[in-house]
Amino acid sequence: MSRLEARPEPSRAMMLSSPLIAAAAMLVSGSLLFLFLGQAPLHAFYVYFIKPLTSWYGIGELLLKATPLTLCGVGLAIGFRANVHNIGADGQLTMGAVAAGCVALYFDGAEGPWLLPLMILAGAVGGAAWAAVPALLRTRFNTSEILVSLMLVYVAYLFLGYLVHGPVRDPAGYNFPQSKMFGDAAMLPLLKEGLRVNAAFLLSLVAVAGAWFFCRHSFAGYRMQVSGMAPAAALYAGFSEPKNVWIAFLASGALAGVAGVGEVAGPLGQLQASVSPGYGFAAIIVAYVGRLHPVGVLLAALLMSLLYIGGETAQIELQLPSAITGLFQGLLLFYLLAADLFIHYRIKPRTTAAVAVPVVAKETA
Amino acid sequence: MNPDYLVAFLASTAGAATPLVLASTGELVAERSGVLNLGLEGIMLVGAVAGFSVTLHTGSAALGLAAALLAGMAMALLFGVLVLTLQTNQVATGLALTLFGIGLSAFAGRDLVGQTVAPLPRLHLPVLSDLPFVGPLLFSFDGMVYASLALVVLTGWMLARTRLGLLIRAVGEAPHSAHAIGMPVVKLRYATVLAGGALAGLGGAYLSLALTPMWVEGMTAGRGWIALAQVVFATWKPRGLVLGAYLFGGVTVLQFHGQGLGVPIPSEFLSMLPYLATIVVLVVICRDPRTILLNKPVSLGQNFKAD
Repeated sequence: MSRLEARPEPSRAMMLSSPLIAAAAMLVSGSLLFLFLGQAPLHAFYVYFIKPLTSWYGIGELLLKATPLTLCGVGLAIGFRANVHNIGADGQLTMGAVAAGCVALYFDGAEGPWLLPLMILAGAVGGAAWAAVPALLRTRFNTSEILVSLMLVYVAYLFLGYLVHGPVRDPAGYNFPQSKMFGDAAMLPLLKEGLRVNAAFLLSLVAVAGAWFFCRHSFAGYRMQVSGMAPAAALYAGFSEPKNVWIAFLASGALAGVAGVGEVAGPLGQLQASVSPGYGFAAIIVAYVGRLHPVGVLLAALLMSLLYIGGETAQIELQLPSAITGLFQGLLLFYLLAADLFIHYRIKPRTTAAVAVPVVAKETA
Repeated sequence: MNPDYLVAFLASTAGAATPLVLASTGELVAERSGVLNLGLEGIMLVGAVAGFSVTLHTGSAALGLAAALLAGMAMALLFGVLVLTLQTNQVATGLALTLFGIGLSAFAGRDLVGQTVAPLPRLHLPVLSDLPFVGPLLFSFDGMVYASLALVVLTGWMLARTRLGLLIRAVGEAPHSAHAIGMPVVKLRYATVLAGGALAGLGGAYLSLALTPMWVEGMTAGRGWIALAQVVFATWKPRGLVLGAYLFGGVTVLQFHGQGLGVPIPSEFLSMLPYLATIVVLVVICRDPRTILLNKPVSLGQNFKAD
């Protein structure tokens, strides 16, 4: 029997390598799952995790899906660092999409370079406004921001559903619950002809850089980090908790809203009954796997994006169920949480005399 | 409004309330011992798919419910090992359990979409069920409705009047003191977490076996989270759970009856009501910090490590 022993100080090496260990563990259990589903594990592994990266189109798709994950994940990470848990990013993304979509439809037919910036602004404001509700209720009435932000996700879904079934439904759309297609001026430019990835990916890179600067070089970012790591110290220093809550929610809400713009003014090109396959929830995993660090979030978003695309490829080529993607996402976070144990602990093999161990254990326990 | 309609409304309220009663009772016990399990939504989904799948393949609802109970416990065990043994963060682990449960249930239920089973049989009590008005109103439900109410009473008695209840409360309020006088803190928390998982699994199965006897991806639609809010609404006391759950059950079925009565409000807005009501209720309860301070288990959400 070996036993766990507390490290004198947290291991930095483990902190960086535990996401890699988690990803490796997920790949291994993924291969086992392929075996269980009657696939040749190596071939399925290739189709799922490698093949999407072997073509320019695949890489374009990778960046396309990494965009909303990065935008949402960077925002959530800012809050998570301060122990402010916004888990309603999917709702904020949806409301951002709604706001931008309404602008695009209101100015339908308009030409001119002002429309897109206006849509992005509307999306950011829409997402931030939706996120302001849990922030207000938490700071004013002490309610759990986790529960309120989550409840509002369902409200946002239903509101979008109401819009596309009623006021914004395309009259010429054969009663499908979707709006008119947006005009060219309301569409984000593509990064490269033939690929679907658009300028929103550049916005996500700007968000990563901005968040990095905020966390590393601003006093507000420092206050939030102290509040997360040592709440008592933050209290003693007089750091305002409500301020942290507001910053976290407004920033993550605005970024999620921009992610919504990237979807409707990008691959979708219109408002539909659903604008996100759960990017806002997957972004929670992205934030944790990315170690709540903006650059880490970007890398984690690329990995998570690969899970989405690999799932689609595997569904088409191997007829594997698409639900595997969600399973892999959940597993990844579990493995990460378990691997994180070794940041603070190490396994100590039993080397000393068997008799001595219980005595030492008793004294230190 | 004619009495038959009222009876139908109240009867469907009980159906919508029962999954909440089951899941929130289990969560309440776990929270009283100091463990916050945000994975309720995922556990309910896994319970729903396990219960439905087993009932579909064996034809036995009893086996289905047993499977849901075991599946819920298995999910809770995963949470317990991570949080109680490996000391991971309760919030992050709970979120992980929910996301994992969503993926796992969608994966396990991929061949079940579109199939149906016979809903749980309604109990027919001699004489009582045949009484006019009172019979259909109070004595015409399936067994789970009565079982869930009995469970709340039993839980209230257990927490307030038994040695086990005292242990659970002691561990939730002051785990280090409880440990110092020799109480098995971690073991007890394992027990409450597993019990909570079992009940959340049953609550999920009630959705897929009684309320809408079929499997739909993500069919809990936030009920696990509403159950978490119910525990706050009940200020961590079992008797408040019934009131809360039936209130929410009523709000949930309002959307169907609202359409039936021709209320000129789009159905989407009526469907928002349970979620908005949850937010309103949270504000009402949490508005006074003293309410929370006096009732919330002191060690809720904090891990315990003997030292």
